[in-house]
Amino acid sequence: MNAFQQKYATEIEAILSKYPADRKRSAVMPLLYIAQREGGYVTKKEMSEIAEILDITPTEVASIIGFYTLYHEKPGGKYRIQVCNDLPCALRGADEFLEKLCENVGIQVGETTEDGLVTIEGVMCLAACDKAPMFQVQTGEGIAYHEDQTLESTMALIESWKQQEKED
Amino acid sequence: MAGQKVTGHRLLLRHRDIPDIGQFDVYTGQGGFETFKKVVTSMPPDEIKQIVLDSGLRGRGGAGFPAGRKWMFVDNNNWPHYLVVNADESEPGTFKDREIMEKNPWQFFEGIMCTAFAIGANDIYIYLRGEFWQVAHQLDQQIQKLHEEKLLGENLFGTDYSLNIYTHLGAGAYICGEETALLNSMEGIMGQPRLRPPFPPAVGLYNKPTVVNNVETLANVALILEKGAQWYRSFGTEESAGTKVFSLSGKVNKPGNYELPFGATYRELIYEYGGGIVNGNKIKGIMSAGASSSVIVATDEALDTPMAYETVRNLGADLGSASIIVLDETVDMRWLVNKTIHFFKHESCGKCTPCREGNFWMQSLTERIWKGGASQNDVHLLQDVATNMQGKCLCALGEFSTMAVISSIERFSEDFKV
Repeated sequence: MNAFQQKYATEIEAILSKYPADRKRSAVMPLLYIAQREGGYVTKKEMSEIAEILDITPTEVASIIGFYTLYHEKPGGKYRIQVCNDLPCALRGADEFLEKLCENVGIQVGETTEDGLVTIEGVMCLAACDKAPMFQVQTGEGIAYHEDQTLESTMALIESWKQQEKED
Repeated sequence: MAGQKVTGHRLLLRHRDIPDIGQFDVYTGQGGFETFKKVVTSMPPDEIKQIVLDSGLRGRGGAGFPAGRKWMFVDNNNWPHYLVVNADESEPGTFKDREIMEKNPWQFFEGIMCTAFAIGANDIYIYLRGEFWQVAHQLDQQIQKLHEEKLLGENLFGTDYSLNIYTHLGAGAYICGEETALLNSMEGIMGQPRLRPPFPPAVGLYNKPTVVNNVETLANVALILEKGAQWYRSFGTEESAGTKVFSLSGKVNKPGNYELPFGATYRELIYEYGGGIVNGNKIKGIMSAGASSSVIVATDEALDTPMAYETVRNLGADLGSASIIVLDETVDMRWLVNKTIHFFKHESCGKCTPCREGNFWMQSLTERIWKGGASQNDVHLLQDVATNMQGKCLCALGEFSTMAVISSIERFSEDFKV
């Protein structure tokens, strides 16, 4: 039993029980989410550990990470603000929103603030087209939607994260 | 057209009429799960499939395939069977399934549970796009509740039927809405489409017979089994029975989901329900099926066209998932195709060369055409690349990526004069 498996034994067992015993490879996606929980990205070591648990190769695990947008191989901000600027949101001002947000935070799309707190990304449709401008915030813990946003509400949200950091 | 019967009657977005229907007790107070009990204890699976076929229920994911027919294709010589619910909702402009699962979850559950019984499945997987993290969390808790209420588990209602439901989160890939890509994703390999045939009802999840249906489709099932096929057919048109949740977005005053009987017109949806065009602007075009759609020129004739599978086709477009993106006079079609191609280039899974390469080259052309420096030859080249992609890909993504491009250049040629 490797370190990853030991650390999350109960959770991994619960996940594996969702799939037929001879199809445990199906658990690769949920296990990758667990791996991202602490650092917000999957390390090479965790890739190998997950591969070992599922009887597949680390390369096969890496192919899953590379294929999907919500898995990360490199560290980013603690909070990833993923603004939808796909067609329907763009028709309601999402491109301008994203640009102004970046300007205010002082980074470009795809970059992370110096304190490592915030990454801003432009993403494809998030199925909230009637509530643009909107974004999701991805952290190691999961994903939360923020809809009908303004620059002010978003900056206030970022400010609340900064406060929280100070308190922690 | 059978017609224009009941307008504004809601079968799926019932939380708008019964605000607390998301609470288990309120749903059961409305007779909820009685149908499931009746189905498991007294209805033969073949009868259920026949009722659903007779109701005219068609798949709401976009293809419009008759649900009952799909269920009848399930191979009864190969077991176990699976039901996989497609909650990957990723088509730009589509946001209906999320509202159904969030606000009217028990009706959704009852629908999928009845369906599982009909096709002889003991396991249901709900495949949600990874972004629906919060929805999945909510469903997980509700699945727990269903176990506590003895509506899931072993030997339901004293019969030998057992049923379990599991959620499975994707991780950000539009292609996983395509049913065979979704199955691959569930199996823990890259979400790329499979060659078809065989279709999933013959060879699906883990190589077993599998029905893959959209959330909205299945949310209808319990009501159909409760009230009957003829009742369901009293909504909508002859070929498009029932109601549809239309996701309305873009340049309208009141974007949102509107559930209307099939056969309601674009004009009703956009002007009556959607409150008309922003700033009193003139409407220019309609995308009838999200970014995958041909763009319809918003003439009076188009606006008065009934929204049904058989009628939207006359406008050189498809009803699809009925995600209606409204474009007004301020929208430059060069900008629009650049946006849609940006999406498809990002989402092409890379398996088929025409789609992978075609979208790559289309993007460099649409960028140039929109941002400047293009010649008229670039517009012709774009048309040529798009036309040459059609009919050459394993799944519909490659085909869909060309729709907005080809229709825009043809129908809004003024915008493409360099």
